[in-house]
Amino acid sequence: MVLAAESVAQNISFAIIAVMMVGAALRVVTTKNVVHAALWLVVVLSGAAAIYILLAAEFVAVTQVLVYIGAVMVLFLFGTMLTRAQVGKSTDTDNANRAPAVLVAALLLGTVGYVVVDAFSDERLPTGVVPVPTSDVSDTLFSTYSIPFWALSILLTAAAIGAIVLARRD
Amino acid sequence: MLLNQFLLLSAALFCIGVYGVLARKNGVMVLMSIELILNAVNINLLAFSYRNGGDAAGHVFALFVIAVAAAEVAVGLAIVLLIYRNRRSIALDELSQMKG
Repeated sequence: MVLAAESVAQNISFAIIAVMMVGAALRVVTTKNVVHAALWLVVVLSGAAAIYILLAAEFVAVTQVLVYIGAVMVLFLFGTMLTRAQVGKSTDTDNANRAPAVLVAALLLGTVGYVVVDAFSDERLPTGVVPVPTSDVSDTLFSTYSIPFWALSILLTAAAIGAIVLARRD
Repeated sequence: MLLNQFLLLSAALFCIGVYGVLARKNGVMVLMSIELILNAVNINLLAFSYRNGGDAAGHVFALFVIAVAAAEVAVGLAIVLLIYRNRRSIALDELSQMKG
C-alpha cells in the first residue's frame, strides 16, 4: 500500500510537470518575443530538473539547475542583448518554412511515438529504486568513462577559447 | 510509473525542438530550440538508467550531454554575435552566400 501511494503521487507530479513542460516548450517555439522565449525556456529546464529528480538522478538535476538555468540562460540573455534583437514583439520571427516544419515535426512525433509505444507498450518502471549516490556517478565517471571525460575537458577548453577568439574585436 | 510516459514526453519535446530549428529565423531562438532537443535526450538517458535499476552510466552520459550543450551554446552564440557584427542582422534565412 505504501508503494501504491508513492506511485500515485509520482504519477500526479509527473502529469503536472509534463503538461507544464510541453506547454512551455510550445511557447518557446511560437512566441514572437526573444526574451519571453528565454523565460519560457527556464520553465522547460526547471521541469526537466524535476523530472530528473523523479528518475532518482539528484546530481544531474542539481547540475541542470546550475549549468542550464544558471549559466546557459545568462549566455542567452547576453546574446539577445548584444545582437540587439528587438526586446519587444517582433513581427517576423518565423521563416517561410513554417508549414513544412509543422509537417516534419508531426510526422517525426507520429513515427517516434508509434515505435516507442510498440516497443515498450506498458512496461512499468521498477519501484523502490533508491536515488543513485553521487559517489557511484563519480566512480563510473572517473573509472569506466575517464577517457571520454578527458576528451570532454579538452572540448570545453577548445570551445571556450574558440568563443573568445570568435567574439573579440581586433 | 510507466517507462513510456517518459519516452513520450521526451519525444514530444524533441519534435517541438525540431519544429523550432526548422521554422525559426532568429539565430538565438534556433539555439534555444537545440537546447530543447538536448534536454529531451537527457530525459531518455535517465529514464533508461532508472529502468535498469539506477545505472550510473546513464547519469554520466547525461552529464556529458549537459557539458557538450554548454560548449555548443558558447560557440553558437559567438558565431551568432559575429554574424550580427558583420551583417547587422541575425536572420538566418538571409545567409545564402554559400548557396550554389
